[in-house]
Formats: sequence, structure tokens, C-alpha cells
Amino acid sequence: MIASTLRRFEGFAPTSRANLRRDVLDREATRDITRDRTATGLGITLRGLSKSFDGGAPVIDGLDLHIPAGQFVAVVGRSGCGKSTLLRLILGLETPTAGRIAIEGGEAPRRIMFQEPRLLPWARVLDNVAVGLTRDGRKAQRRARAAEALAEVGLAEKAGQWPATLSGGQRQRVALARALVSHPGLLALDEPLGALDALTRIDMQAMIERIWRAQGFTALLVTHDVAEAVALADRILVVEAGRIALDVPVTVPRPRRRGDPDLAALEGRILDHLLDGRA
Amino acid sequence: MPALALPSPEAAARRLAPWLLPAVILVGWQIAGSAGLVSTRLMPAPLDVAAAGWRMAETGELWTNLGVSFLRAASGFLIGGGIGFALGLANGLSRLSDRLTDTTVQMIRNIPHLSLIPLVILWFGIGEEAKLFLVALGVFFPIYANTLHGIRSVDPQLVEMGRIYGMSRPELFWRVVLPGALPSIFVGLRYALGIMWLTLIVAETISASSGLGYMAMQAREFMLVDVVVLAILIYALLGKVADLLTRRLERACLAWNPAYRSA
Repeated sequence: MIASTLRRFEGFAPTSRANLRRDVLDREATRDITRDRTATGLGITLRGLSKSFDGGAPVIDGLDLHIPAGQFVAVVGRSGCGKSTLLRLILGLETPTAGRIAIEGGEAPRRIMFQEPRLLPWARVLDNVAVGLTRDGRKAQRRARAAEALAEVGLAEKAGQWPATLSGGQRQRVALARALVSHPGLLALDEPLGALDALTRIDMQAMIERIWRAQGFTALLVTHDVAEAVALADRILVVEAGRIALDVPVTVPRPRRRGDPDLAALEGRILDHLLDGRA
Repeated sequence: MPALALPSPEAAARRLAPWLLPAVILVGWQIAGSAGLVSTRLMPAPLDVAAAGWRMAETGELWTNLGVSFLRAASGFLIGGGIGFALGLANGLSRLSDRLTDTTVQMIRNIPHLSLIPLVILWFGIGEEAKLFLVALGVFFPIYANTLHGIRSVDPQLVEMGRIYGMSRPELFWRVVLPGALPSIFVGLRYALGIMWLTLIVAETISASSGLGYMAMQAREFMLVDVVVLAILIYALLGKVADLLTRRLERACLAWNPAYRSA
């Protein structure tokens, strides 16, 4: 899998620097740049969204944002910039102090994956995946769907094991299967790969991208890792002091090659922005 | 190969190893007694104790007293443990219940429950109620405290995960909170079993007309040292049996936890 991830994409012609520059400067990043496929994703619109805790300074400060259905959006920013809070607000885990959140596109479930796998240690792997399903339907049917999701992340043979017997990367894959088993319309990823080693991380990135392309949910990835954001996302949001400071589309076609010069340039630009913010 | 049907010598040795030290002590004790190194009037040899046990088993006296003690222990444990468990759950799950009762419970906890014996005798005489009350009171606190602690220390991240995945409150309790609290509840159970025997024996020794503690006290009156030692050995065995049963239960309930998995 690593090999396939690292493989150069043969038919890829690099866009010119000038093109990239113009794209990067294009603030109209809300246009839909996802490929055509049967979209099951949810669209998200935020208007004047604010959140402060216990009357303190706002963590999210009058934020406006539209995410079209099926888009893969990465949110980057320095720690404490409010990116995780933004994610939790969209998921409905926090209530906004002011503003409005509208989720369009139906009743598909919204799921989140955390940095920790958060598996139930006392439930076997398959039962942990089945937690992601609603309680209706026959038990055998639910188990079959859970097994299917587990196979999707390549862990079919671990179904009967306790989570304690799995490696960190495997546990995170089980958490991914649990998030995906109900075919969500929105998958929020709160630094899901932050605790993994570099190679496992690359594996997981490829897996998330593959499943996203197959299922068409809207993906919202919060990450510290700008390279990861650039490799996976259609669009990158840089959050600073509770606002969106930069909204950049990533137009490099998929599958993307690791170390691609355009991606590297974009990564450099975003990093510059983040580091400038410190000065 | 027929040899496969039998446990290997190493496995047999591993199983017998814990019993080696008790066996050595028993043999040494017997030799010391037979050789006259220890006065058998103060410390009878193991064979004399076994003979006393046989004698009392034949008359049925041993079984009656054992049965009476066991019944007292079990019912006191069920009452006190049940109340402790219920209150521990209530205070772990409800802030209101916790605010109303926890301070009171903590104050009562600091009274050694055996210091209540004079009062309990005044209240209940030397009837069954006195023993039930003391055992229930003694068992209550470890079960209460550990159930409460277990529920408080359930990983809040798992609870949040359960909420996000749409678990109802009962579901959250049965699938996340209770299994998470179980290791701690078992710790309370073990403590409680120890306190259960201790309380009962003390209560029976001081005020009773039947039971193991009474049997030992009666024997002292008649200088039947072998029966006194017999009673003490039975306590040791009962403690071991209670511990064994808890361990079995732990292994069955906590198989997911690497700390409890059998080797």
C-alpha cells in the first residue's frame, strides 16, 4: 500500500507556476471543484458564526463559510486558533454564541473521527464498528454491514478481537470503519492521524482519500500538518483568531503524487502565512 | 499420543506451586507438635485439628454453625452491597443525588463500624438483626465508594463518542458507563468480601448463640484449642474460596482487559 501511495502518477502534467499563483489568489474558493459522482454529501453554510466560552474572548469570531456538498476541506491553523471548535460547532457538539449553521442535503448522518480512536475496550472490533449504525434493523444485517465496513479498511480478519490487541494504526482504522459504516453525509476528522507514525499516516491518508472518492461524503479535516492538508484536500482554510484568514483551492488533480512541486509550493505558501501570523 | 491427554509436568508444577508453602508449613507444624517442641495444649498439631474437624462434622455441629454463618454473611452482603451499589450508581450518575447524600455517607464512613457493637447490642440484642446490620454496614462502604469512583472515572471521551453516535441514556449506561466502571466495582467487591468475614466473626465472637465465631468462643471456654484452631483455619479457607469466585467472575466479565486476561 505504501508503494502504491508513493508511486508516481504517470499521466500528470504539472500546472505552470503562474497558473498556480492565480488559482491560489482566487478568493472565490467556494466554487465546487469536486469531481462529478453521485453526491451523497451534505452542504454546510455558516453565517456570522461566533463562539466564546464562559464569556471570554471569542474563539470563533463572526465566521462566514460555505462548503458545497462532497468537497474535501482541510482546516489548518496554529494551536488554539479555534479550528477544533469550528469542527465541533458544525457537528453540533457545541452551541454557537451567535450566528447560524445550516446543513443542507438531507438526513444523512454526520460523523466525527478524533485523534484518539475512542473504541469501547470491552466490545470486540466488529461490535465497535456496529456502534456506528443506528439501532434499527436486524442484528444479522447490522453485523453484515459492520463486517463490510471493516473489510473496507482492510481489517476483516480482526473482527473478533479485542481493541487492546490492535496496533495504534489498526485501532484508528476501526474508528474510521465505525465512522463510515452508516454512510455519513459529513465526515469530520479532528487530527485523526496526529498520533500515528509517518508510514502508517501515509497509508491512512490514502485510505481516507480512496473511501472519500468512493462514497462522496463531505469531508472536513482539521490538521496541524500542512503537507497532509495539501495532499488530501480540494480546498484549504487557514483559521486565525477565530476567522478564516486564507481560503485556497487545491487544483492539483488526483491521485496526487507525494513531493509534487505544485503541492510543495502551495504548502510553502500556507506555511509562510502561518509563520507570518506569529510575527 | 496418550501423553497429550494429561497435563504436562510443567503445567502441573505451575498449578501446585502456590500450595507448596502451605503444605510445608503444615508438615513443619505437625513435626514440631509431635516432637514436643510446641505445647499441644496451646497449639494442637494439624492432625489433632483434623480429628476435631471430623468429630464436629460427624455430630453435624460444624455444618450447622458453618451454614448459619454463611447465611448471615450472604444476606448481610446482599443488603449492604445492594444499597451501596445502588447509591454509588445514583451518585455517580446524578449530581443532585450526590450533593444530597455524599457528605453524609463520607461522615458515617469515618466511624469504625465495629465501634457500633455496644449500641447494636442495645438496639437488637444478640439476635440475627445485629449481625445483619453490622455486616451490611461494613460491606456498604467499599462497594459504594468503588462504584462511585468507577463511574466517575469512565473515560469522558468514550461517553462523548457514545453521545455523538446517537446512544440513548440507557444505552450509554449499559454499553459505556457500566462496563467502564466494572473493574473498579470488582475492587470494591473484593474489599467488601474481606470486611464481610471480619465483621461477622467479630460480631459472632462477641454476641451470638450460633455460628463459627460462637463455636470458637465456646471451645475456648472448655479449653478445646483444637476447635479454636479449626475455626481459624476455616476462616482462611472461606476467604480463599471467596477470592477464587471473585477472580473467576472478574475473568469472565473483564476478558477485554489485558490486566485480567488469564495467562
